[in-house]
Amino acid sequence: MTLNGWLQILFFLATVALVTRPLGAYMARVFNGEPTWLAPVVRPCERLVFRLTGVDEQHEMRWTEYAVSLLLFSIVSMLVLYAMQRLQAFLPWNPQHFPAVAPDLAFNTAASFTTNTNWQAYSGESTMSYFTQMAGLAYHNFVSAAVGLAVAIAFVRGIAARERGTIGNFWVDLVRGTLYILLPIAIVGALFLVSQGVVQNLRAYDTVHTVEGAVQTIAQGPVASQEAIKQFGTNGGGFFNANSAHPFENPTPLSNWFAMFAIFAIPSALTYTLGRMTGSQRHGWAVWAAMAFLFVAGVTTAYWAEARGNPLLTSAGADQTVSALSSGGNMEGKEVRFGIANTALFATVTTDASCGAVNGWHDSFTALGGLVPLANIQLSEVVFGGVGAGMYGVLVYIILAVFIAGLMVGRTPEYLGKKIQAFEVQMAMLTVLVFSLVILAFTAVSSVTTHGTAGIFNAGPHGLSELLYAYSSAAGNNGSAFGGLSANTLWFNTTLGLTMLIGRFFMLIPPLAIAGSLSRKKLVPESSGTFPVTTPLFSGLLVGVIVIVGALTFFPALSLGPVVEHFLMQSGQVF
Amino acid sequence: MSLARNLLVATLMTVVTTLLLGVLYPLGITAVSQLAFRDKANGQLIARNGVTVGSRLIGQGFSKPGYFHSRPSATSTPYDAANSAGSQYGPTNRKLVDAVRANVASVRGDNPGAPVPVDLVTTSASGFDPHISPAAALFQVPRVARERHASESDVRALVSAHTEGRTFGLLGEPRVNVLELNLALDDRFPPSR
Amino acid sequence: MATHPKTHALSIWDPHIVRRASIDALRKLHPRTMARNPVMFVVEIGSVLATWRLAQGILSGSGHVGFELQITGWLWLTVLFANFAEAMAEGRGKAQADTLRRARTETVANREGADGMLEQVPAPGLRKGDVVRVTAGEVIPVDGEIIEGVASVDESAITGESAPVIRESGGDRSAVTGGTRVLSDWIRVRITANPGETFLDRMISLVEGAARQKTPNEIALNILLAGLTIVFLIAVITLQPFAVYSGAPQSLFVLISLLVCLIPTTIGGLLSAIGIAGMDRLVQHNVLAMSGRAVEAAGDVHTLLLDKTGTITLGNRQASDFLPLPGVSQARLAEAALLASLPDETPEGRSIVSLARETYRAQGPRFAEGDMTFVPFTAQTRMSGVDLRLAAAVGHGGSTTTLVPSRAIRKGAADAIDRWVRAQEGQVPAQLAPIVERVARAGGTPLVVAEGAEPLGVIHLKDIVKSGMRERFAHLRAMGIKTVMITGDNPLTAAAIASEAGVDDFLAQATPEDKMTLIKREQAEGKLVAMTGDGTNDAPALAQADVGVAMNTGTQAAKEAGNMVDLDSNPTKLIEIVEIGKQLLITRGALTTFSIANDLAKYFAIIPAMFVVAFPHLQALNIMRLQTPESAILSAVIFNALIIIALVPLALRGVKYRPAGAAALLRRNLLVYGLGGILFPFLGIKAIDLIVAALGLA
Repeated sequence: MTLNGWLQILFFLATVALVTRPLGAYMARVFNGEPTWLAPVVRPCERLVFRLTGVDEQHEMRWTEYAVSLLLFSIVSMLVLYAMQRLQAFLPWNPQHFPAVAPDLAFNTAASFTTNTNWQAYSGESTMSYFTQMAGLAYHNFVSAAVGLAVAIAFVRGIAARERGTIGNFWVDLVRGTLYILLPIAIVGALFLVSQGVVQNLRAYDTVHTVEGAVQTIAQGPVASQEAIKQFGTNGGGFFNANSAHPFENPTPLSNWFAMFAIFAIPSALTYTLGRMTGSQRHGWAVWAAMAFLFVAGVTTAYWAEARGNPLLTSAGADQTVSALSSGGNMEGKEVRFGIANTALFATVTTDASCGAVNGWHDSFTALGGLVPLANIQLSEVVFGGVGAGMYGVLVYIILAVFIAGLMVGRTPEYLGKKIQAFEVQMAMLTVLVFSLVILAFTAVSSVTTHGTAGIFNAGPHGLSELLYAYSSAAGNNGSAFGGLSANTLWFNTTLGLTMLIGRFFMLIPPLAIAGSLSRKKLVPESSGTFPVTTPLFSGLLVGVIVIVGALTFFPALSLGPVVEHFLMQSGQVF
Repeated sequence: MSLARNLLVATLMTVVTTLLLGVLYPLGITAVSQLAFRDKANGQLIARNGVTVGSRLIGQGFSKPGYFHSRPSATSTPYDAANSAGSQYGPTNRKLVDAVRANVASVRGDNPGAPVPVDLVTTSASGFDPHISPAAALFQVPRVARERHASESDVRALVSAHTEGRTFGLLGEPRVNVLELNLALDDRFPPSR
Repeated sequence: MATHPKTHALSIWDPHIVRRASIDALRKLHPRTMARNPVMFVVEIGSVLATWRLAQGILSGSGHVGFELQITGWLWLTVLFANFAEAMAEGRGKAQADTLRRARTETVANREGADGMLEQVPAPGLRKGDVVRVTAGEVIPVDGEIIEGVASVDESAITGESAPVIRESGGDRSAVTGGTRVLSDWIRVRITANPGETFLDRMISLVEGAARQKTPNEIALNILLAGLTIVFLIAVITLQPFAVYSGAPQSLFVLISLLVCLIPTTIGGLLSAIGIAGMDRLVQHNVLAMSGRAVEAAGDVHTLLLDKTGTITLGNRQASDFLPLPGVSQARLAEAALLASLPDETPEGRSIVSLARETYRAQGPRFAEGDMTFVPFTAQTRMSGVDLRLAAAVGHGGSTTTLVPSRAIRKGAADAIDRWVRAQEGQVPAQLAPIVERVARAGGTPLVVAEGAEPLGVIHLKDIVKSGMRERFAHLRAMGIKTVMITGDNPLTAAAIASEAGVDDFLAQATPEDKMTLIKREQAEGKLVAMTGDGTNDAPALAQADVGVAMNTGTQAAKEAGNMVDLDSNPTKLIEIVEIGKQLLITRGALTTFSIANDLAKYFAIIPAMFVVAFPHLQALNIMRLQTPESAILSAVIFNALIIIALVPLALRGVKYRPAGAAALLRRNLLVYGLGGILFPFLGIKAIDLIVAALGLA
């Protein structure tokens, strides 16, 4: 680890902290329906969309209607994406003449992008036409993020509401989130990325004759427009197989910083929006602080493990020591321009959030370095988290934390004036339960059947990690992978596709139900007997509950994966 | 709202937003990029003597001793820029250790006694990392200088000139673009025929 | 805090209770009983599975019988310990119920027939609406209301208080309870409860826990615990395939041990005991809660409505001064005050009489019988006094009588007298207000005396604030609870006493309607309100309040409207009730936190033990340096079982509660039960492991 490495990490966190307030306040205005500076341009657009689709802006929805609308939209747009992949041979912008995507892969990919997972069982540059990439995949990068954002806002509204029973209008939230927030940011972001060297064209792949006379085909495409929303929407589905390690997706250290910044920007700002909309700004920051703590803990571990390197490489004759001329460390599966610090940081960020973009291969990380992204996902990605998903995910944890510890102040637990009772606890536990069930059950079946073990690339404990990572990533709607796993099989495409759908909708409907229940409740006024949610103690409690719930659920499985692999790696054992 | 009506809204919403976000937006960005950043938007291809020899951003393989070598590539055929891929070797994979040991053995002769920089013997993430670390470049200087009949200090100076520092002195890692360095090498010290 | 040695001096480990609880613990193993507690039910199923596998092992002569036998034994003990905890909590209630049952001896009642004749009927034959006659020495057969007569009654069977109380028809002291004994005089009682529904019956079923329903927080907590149990079930069941993949399959005993150690057995085993003990603590304070819900609500209370008299101040205000208006002599005022107070039996009334007699030597004229009519105080008129309708007898012998004009004398609150005087078209002199104000400012109660349409002056009644109240209110404030003093005094007096006592707010010149309005206003702001009351006119407010504590001396209507009854009829007890409610919730939260935090250490004991054979390097995770894998697993299971027993006293007594703000409470409890919960089992398991190794058990 180097001073420069730490400064880069610090710089990154500082820029995220800086954007939190302005962007958070802006989002609060957008979702409160207040005028914003973009309104002169966007408002006419918005009105047009509402007129074309027949949405009544004034209509307020109860949580059930909100959830039904959301589900219908997800189903329809998922079907369209499936059809698009199957029919891409007949659609425009297919200069490489890619054929139809196979049914199981098309299902997996449709589920993957609709659920904001962006797990890629395919290799983008050899499977998807430009049209599918733009109108299918990049499109879902926008709307799956907007759906997550809508749910988070609906949840916050439920907390802030006074015996209202309604939590907003799904269609309005979807359109506002897209037009006022995601699209403008994506436009600016895409142009910035092009300025850094991210390609943006519709030309056929270039064929060049290299200096030594070999022929090299260079994949091209409309990358920047997808890359921007891929990061801002915490989607993570790369245009290319190598994702953000590909020089055309992530050419410079600055584009790399931007990619990471984009992942955290909206989720971090949502903590401010939470504070603003519930009238407790300090609570928003307390949540931010808890997230920042977990982030720092994760990146410290990952950076330490990767910089320390792999003793097996040293024994093979590679020099992993850090110097002014070399970043040293475990460079397998990493790019030189990013080095150790930026790759460890990127891996932490992308799994803290539900992004899943990668700028180095997690499969090739050291055991503990790889444990960090895996554990981050298994904590349900609530360290800033996915766009919206991180917020409603952390709100579920807050409800559990407030409930468990809230009793200890001698009152029926209250969160921001709302009593936390049986229904809320039930819904919160449902998400915890389903999350652990899909991950552990599918991994368990895969680990003892040939369907599963056939896909394993790295033998030994690492193989178990590959399986565990795949289902964790799918359930957490992350999309990153221990990429050695051969996941493009009927078994994995189907089970991972199901896991993604369960991981999305079982994590999203119970929070909506909680929002609906909270919105009907009386607001209990604050007093010195009220459970404090604005203090460092609360932040600490939240961290404790997140870590303990996650650790208790997954520690046994992890102990047979990365944990034991760490000790074996240290002792020089190979598989 | 009735289910049927809601379904209609969902369908219309999908159509309208697909047109806006899936077609208009990327085409608009493409148009602006092609106008404002023509070279960058198309991959910064490099031509020499009228022949496109590669992209500034995409690494390519060098095996001749007179060139600086790039990092090992894990694409199915090395440096396949149409199929990016990494090795996916886990840290305790025997194949990883064997591969690194073999790579070390193949470069060891370039600079006997010097420690072998890790990036020179491990595969990159994309499969065509355009860069190597300055240490990896300097490690190869004796061999290249010998092959090019140039003094090591001259070659070293060329490496220094092609070493990119950190952005703002802060971001990223110092690195050397292998393709650009080799093109400069060909200019400065043309290979003997 | 008065405790009542007669019924409540049960130590936690009372041998009688322990014996009965041990038997009940076995009886509770019935699956139907166990299924009510999902956490412990899972342990029981695990124990059955382990026993079955153990039997198989013994019969086939395979397996590692010594270890497996011990594990199985400790699994069963875990279930039994949890059952024992619950039985202990119930046992205390049952012991009390037995005492109460003795009071419900079968009595024979004298029922009035339709013709007014008395007939002998066994008590269970009485129905609502029957009228019985009870004379000195007899036991009142069933709950009822006195419709005629006055009697002193020994209620010690219910309250534990041996001093007799006066019960009389009319007013707020008319309710009598079945099982209490009339000591003097006789009364006619209209029965208000059918057999089996009496206060005593309800009380018995309450303390026994028969009527116990899960409270809202308990239900929510049960959901959390059931959810966690399922999560751990998933984690443990899926661990076996992972272990198979890793080439280290586990035995059923080890997996069940891991599961039982992980699921929250500590809180799961103690949860119902905590709830029962909470109700029991109220009973020890001589308060009967009609539902556990009310006890929880007490913990949530934001606003306490406290009657000034008897709660904040000592019941007896003392007359300290007569302050006549200009032009009225001290003597005249004293005489009028004396007359107005002669029949007034309240402590205030008597203090006025004695002040007038002793200090001012006022002599009221002597009257013939029936010459004067007492006008009692009512909450509406808020004054009392006398009407002298006939001539006063002058001199002795009574041969000559002189007719004097009828006199009507009133004493009362300034505004009440003001209204009265004006109603008779009298004038209230401007000098009166400053006198009233002076008294009020000094925290006294100004009682204005008027004769006919002429105000005479002011009696200064001094209020004496109970000692220690200021500190208690400060505690309540720290807990985030607002105290509102309810008083019939005028605003100035109220303000002076309020500031002396340190309450947050007051409601002066309060009528029952004002009280109701205040409660509704607080509730509209989302606050929970607690109050005490005894009169029939308190009943609506008692019903409206979230926690309504009726005084046992109060009317039947009040007792039915409230959700708690204080047998001691001590209004100050509201504060203790709130504290007990909070303590109940805190105990649950603390043990939940402790239970979950414990799991960390158990992981570090069991996981390395499970896999160290296949992966010797995992010895690094055995940070407690437990001797052998068997000993590690056994120690964790033993710790998990023993901790339940070790925490029984805490569950029954409740965690130590100090009134403080939420932030301070949270910090302290998180430190003790959260951090402590993480660290303590490391020590505990290590210690057990040393013993296990020393005894050569594994």
